[in-house]
Amino acid sequence: MARIAGVDIPNNKRVEYGLTYIYGIGLTTAQKILQDTGVDPDRRCRDLTDDDVTRIRRYIEANLRVEGALRTEVAMNIKRLMDIGCVRGLRHRRGLPVRGQRTRTNARTRKGPRRTIAGKKKARK
Amino acid sequence: MPRSVSKGPFIEPKLQKRIEEMNKSAEKRVVKTWSRRSTISPDFVGHTIAIHNGMKFIPVYITENMVGHKLGEFAPTRTFKGHGGKLAERTVRIH
Repeated sequence: MARIAGVDIPNNKRVEYGLTYIYGIGLTTAQKILQDTGVDPDRRCRDLTDDDVTRIRRYIEANLRVEGALRTEVAMNIKRLMDIGCVRGLRHRRGLPVRGQRTRTNARTRKGPRRTIAGKKKARK
Repeated sequence: MPRSVSKGPFIEPKLQKRIEEMNKSAEKRVVKTWSRRSTISPDFVGHTIAIHNGMKFIPVYITENMVGHKLGEFAPTRTFKGHGGKLAERTVRIH
């Protein structure tokens, strides 16, 4: 089993899709990696030679920010917004949608599961 | 869609002039402005600008990190004090 960029162990899927298990690599990036390193995207991850794996690993190290480093970067960007006290930062602090979406309904991704407010009357017909 | 780069960032000419004057004479005064749409340029760093939020002027000290944002982003226009009458002791908006 191949180990690329730290802990990620893609399984016996096609290499193309196996690489997307790494945080920061989607299908487009995966395809670009394979094209630039000259690895056939149709091969299965388990069929990769050590040489292929090394080349992919080198390529990622040289060109991309993945996993921990990327997570840190994202977290730092959000922290910056919160520290300067701009509206976007305030929305992050309160766990509400940041880009002007409605919050009267929906917005469940940011707000989490519904918490029913006691004593709130239901609309009657 | 973002603003065209060729136009450069928008800064209210009047405000820019006042900041430049202050930089020249190395003064630090609070500048009141209604121009929430102005981009913060590196010249603004270190000044305190009182930004109108629709009701009053919120003094904001400009730091380096704020460059590139708009002034309006630092003066919230709404105050949400929470829902519910009985739960009135709810936390007031932190800012």
